[in-house]
Amino acid sequence: MTDSTAGGDVRLTGISKTYGSFTAVHPLELTVPQGSFFALLGASGCGKTTTLRMIAGLEEPTTGTVFLGDKDVTDLPPYKRPVNTVFQSYALFPHLNVTENIAFGLRRRGIKSVKKQVDDMLELVQLGDFAHRKPHQLSGGQQQRVAVARALINHPQVLLLDEPLGALDLKLRRQMQLELKRIQTEVGITFVHVTHDQEEAMTMADTVAVMNGGRVEQLGAPADLYENPKTTFVANFLGTSNLIEAEVAEKNGDDLVVTAGGAKLRLPGGRCSAPASSGGKLLVGVRPEKISLAHRDDEGAIAEGRNRVSGRIVDSSFIGVSTQYLVDSPAGKGLSVYEQNVDRRAGLLPGAEVVLHWNPAHTFGLDAAQAIDAGVEKVEDAA
Amino acid sequence: MPILKWLRRNLVVIAGLATLAYLILPNVVVMVFSFNKPNGRFNYSWTRFSTDAWQDPCGVADMCGSLSLSLQIALWATIGSTVLGAMIAFALVRYRFRARGAINSLIFLPMAMPEVVMAASLLTLFLNMGAQLGFWTILIAHIMFCLSFVVTAVKARVMSMDPRLEEAARDLYAGPVQTFLRVTLPIASPGIAAGALLAFALSFDDFIITNFNAGSTVTFPMFVWGSAQRGTPVQINVIGTAMFIIAVVVVTAGQFIANRRKNSAKA
Repeated sequence: MTDSTAGGDVRLTGISKTYGSFTAVHPLELTVPQGSFFALLGASGCGKTTTLRMIAGLEEPTTGTVFLGDKDVTDLPPYKRPVNTVFQSYALFPHLNVTENIAFGLRRRGIKSVKKQVDDMLELVQLGDFAHRKPHQLSGGQQQRVAVARALINHPQVLLLDEPLGALDLKLRRQMQLELKRIQTEVGITFVHVTHDQEEAMTMADTVAVMNGGRVEQLGAPADLYENPKTTFVANFLGTSNLIEAEVAEKNGDDLVVTAGGAKLRLPGGRCSAPASSGGKLLVGVRPEKISLAHRDDEGAIAEGRNRVSGRIVDSSFIGVSTQYLVDSPAGKGLSVYEQNVDRRAGLLPGAEVVLHWNPAHTFGLDAAQAIDAGVEKVEDAA
Repeated sequence: MPILKWLRRNLVVIAGLATLAYLILPNVVVMVFSFNKPNGRFNYSWTRFSTDAWQDPCGVADMCGSLSLSLQIALWATIGSTVLGAMIAFALVRYRFRARGAINSLIFLPMAMPEVVMAASLLTLFLNMGAQLGFWTILIAHIMFCLSFVVTAVKARVMSMDPRLEEAARDLYAGPVQTFLRVTLPIASPGIAAGALLAFALSFDDFIITNFNAGSTVTFPMFVWGSAQRGTPVQINVIGTAMFIIAVVVVTAGQFIANRRKNSAKA
């Protein structure tokens, strides 16, 4: 049932799910390469969990096919799929102790001598001393590790993780992220991880698929997604982006020159995902940590060739490693700037007139025909 | 004032003990009078200590026959209402079907309805059907009114069950039958056990409905009622005391086992 050695990618072809008139997942093509740590990232209700459950067999796809390797498993019930899930809030069996929880899958497949394997698993997740406890006698982090062990002991072809760290506090979450990453490297099984936490996805996954409204917006390595977002949703959902509405002025070799609020900005043509023609609209983006701040009086000291936007600080907040500024400028309101707290910067206080400057190579361009604030985390989402 | 201070500090304990006394006193009286040797036919005033009744609990004509009948009816009523009630509870919580709302409220009717009304209407039904009154009519009536208590107890448990537990079981290679036996049933069992105990107690001591629908059959509560008019044999107190002790032993053993399980899990 579980030939874990027999390789296989997870392939979803044309898979979709509709509930009545609501489409949770639009027809989707997705390939998860064998042995990779793959993250499905998106806000709640974007279809990521539904996609995961269709791989597990807990949800029946409306259309499309699920392949594990070359095998079509679309019509197999969950208990016949070589796939195991780590559930949100773990779903440990409350009436069984840790050992029996972990051994559950083996026993159901008629394996009698489970001791050795269970012990190995307990060691892998560092829970050797807790073998006889009941789930309610464990902390959240320990429960989480039992859930991982219970799934992994079956050597599934694919391990599915449904927001496995959502119930943990921040510090423990960081620790478990590294732990899961370690386990994945150790066992080499394909992990498909569903999360709404972009930092978690970027820390752990080799490949991230950003989902929005039942569709995959963009798929790629974390660094690639972060540096080269193709849509405003990705730009805003992964970290923070300053998006400025601009007009294309000219093409200058490989570079594009655009104007925004009286400022002339340059960006590499290769980093513009939208067709750009003179006079056309464009959204120009730059990450807050790429921007430097200079006092208006010190503008002369800024090197030639850097993009500049002048503005006024409206807010600053000190958060330890860095200080975050909000700057209003003619080009756009509420631009974020993160400055590392290397030296004390006197005079960068709310109300100060400043110049924002950055290397044009860090600028990216997006199609202007989309909502500029797509994927911006709202206060109620963050709660 | 030291006395007042002491009183204030121990008020909760005192109130607790008083409540306990209030609950247990009737049982103690029953127990004490099971060792009485009354002069007349009525066991209402203390005469002298004797263990006669304990040595010959079935010494009263027909009493042990009615007791065994009551136990049989209680047993079958418990099994019947627990099996049906648990299934109804699962259906009501897990599935959406037509008339679900109606069933949900109808199931509570036997609890809310005055027993005597239910008894009379059941009798009417049985008579109109031409049914022979006796064991079977009593059993059917008992299963009917025990059902609502079982459904209530099991429903509460099933409602608090995380459906993801069953998904987890299915995900871990348990087919539908295995999932039910290994996960659903063990987790729902405290609710099912509570419902079964309730059903047993309710069926065993029911008088009104039984009296209407028994025909010439006599259950233990009917026997006690009947004899109370002609004289109460001490053996009734013996049976009462024995049942009280059995119940206490069962509950204590249950607690003991649960505690030991908890402690061994900690070790």
